[in-house]
Amino acid sequence: MKREVAIVAVGATKFGEHWSKGLKDLAWEAGVQAVEEAGISGKDVQYIVFGNMSGGMFEGQEHVGALVAEFLGLNPVPATRVEAACASGGVAFFQGYLAVASGMYDLVAVGGIEKMTDVEPSQATEILSAAMDYEWEAYFGATFPGVYALIATRYMHDYGLKPETLAEVAVKNHYHGSMNPLAHFRNRITVEDVLSSPFVAYPLRRNDCCPISDGAACVLLAPLDEARKYTDTPIIVKAVAQASDTLSLLERRDICTLDATVHAAEKAFAMAKLTRKDVDLVEVHDCFTIAEILALEDLGFCAKGEAFKLYEEGETYVGGRLPVNTDGGLKAGGHAVGATGVKQIVEIVKQLRGEAEGGRQVDGAEVGLAHNVGGSGATAVVTILSRR
Amino acid sequence: MSVSGVPRHWRSLRERYRLLGTYCENCKTSFFPPRKICPKCRRKGRTREVEFSGRGRVFSYTVIHVGSKTFEEYTPYIIGLIELQEGPRVLSQIVDCKPEDVHIGMMVEACFRKLFEQEDGGIISYGFKFRPVDDSWAEYYDRLLADRAMVEKT
Repeated sequence: MKREVAIVAVGATKFGEHWSKGLKDLAWEAGVQAVEEAGISGKDVQYIVFGNMSGGMFEGQEHVGALVAEFLGLNPVPATRVEAACASGGVAFFQGYLAVASGMYDLVAVGGIEKMTDVEPSQATEILSAAMDYEWEAYFGATFPGVYALIATRYMHDYGLKPETLAEVAVKNHYHGSMNPLAHFRNRITVEDVLSSPFVAYPLRRNDCCPISDGAACVLLAPLDEARKYTDTPIIVKAVAQASDTLSLLERRDICTLDATVHAAEKAFAMAKLTRKDVDLVEVHDCFTIAEILALEDLGFCAKGEAFKLYEEGETYVGGRLPVNTDGGLKAGGHAVGATGVKQIVEIVKQLRGEAEGGRQVDGAEVGLAHNVGGSGATAVVTILSRR
Repeated sequence: MSVSGVPRHWRSLRERYRLLGTYCENCKTSFFPPRKICPKCRRKGRTREVEFSGRGRVFSYTVIHVGSKTFEEYTPYIIGLIELQEGPRVLSQIVDCKPEDVHIGMMVEACFRKLFEQEDGGIISYGFKFRPVDDSWAEYYDRLLADRAMVEKT
């Protein structure tokens, strides 16, 4: 019999360039916050599972599961690192959920950690391109932004999306980021700033792309009927669903649709017994501006080719019909790849508790959705959280 | 490339040099990248190697301005997602033209080019890229044939 699961505590570091902190320091910072919030001892944690895309290539360090347990002084607690490129955090959350829902464990720490800035940017680009099909995409010179650029070019051709509208995605995310003390970028930008920034991969410019960040996030999961031992405001995990698709764009049914997102969303809404109308805010995977447009369509909030209308009408801001990425998303909030999926969940939890600072609180938020993508859409995880 | 062992590059050399994919005799579908099993027919499939014509059209494209370490020295360069005449899509660079000349639907053909050179006397990797086909000739011949048909009719 499946148990209901609740998030009882959260913690997150600032996302950004942490020159003085390594992988272990970031894990420590986020983990300690969550443990202190729950008022427990680290030793009460029965299982640790966290997302980390590439400790091996960014830091030359594999076997980071046990490394983190050791550094937090938690041996012999079992610790597992999961990898699904940029969806590592979301997949870790799914694994942690399974561990509690199944009855196997009663207190699980789910984390996401990435240390990316110890390598030079061109090396980071090379490492991130490993999230695509190495043999038939990266080998021929495609980069990660390049693959999303192929999607953007086709999308603009098919649906008439204009660069100015695409730029609105970045402008909105920077506006939200300016209100989030943990965001990588806290400056506001204009459409002109986006359109005058240099090309990374045509038609995507620097301000269409998320930054390379260091960061970590952590949430503690417990069975719902035990959650009040740790907190007065447990947040219920209504659904978590994960789906897979091809690593490369070559064999996609439609390169302008991430089918993994479509499948995960259908499954999650069915599991939660909720509709799109019930959702008060979403955190979606905007590694590039075009990705946020695709996400809103593929999650079912609007028809294919129509998400740009929400931007033209300003409906994705806090206070709008569907606030999107209230923490600044990946674009301004930062993208520490393996940590992002968990950071998104931390933001939804803060919003549902009514604790989002800086003027970005969505009034009366009851239900939130987080959407985490790996690579160009080979893995997608959709999580639906509710206050009651 | 982060993986530098010679066998890694050599293993997919035939497919990369000659644009080889997989054809399933059962569902009469071509696939790329090459596969051991037909994803549609699974066990019922009868797959064999197929060499593609290399002819196709640009399905989408981008110009890479910020490259990975291996390709940094070649920027800016054009990457195309090409829909082959036989159906499958492949990805590679589009060469012998300016970025502003590339458009969706443009006819291209495969050519054999250098992909990258490894540092410090490492291997040099080759494979297929695509170049534009001057399709004004195709239009000319179409018109010629149409004219001749008209003449024969009258």
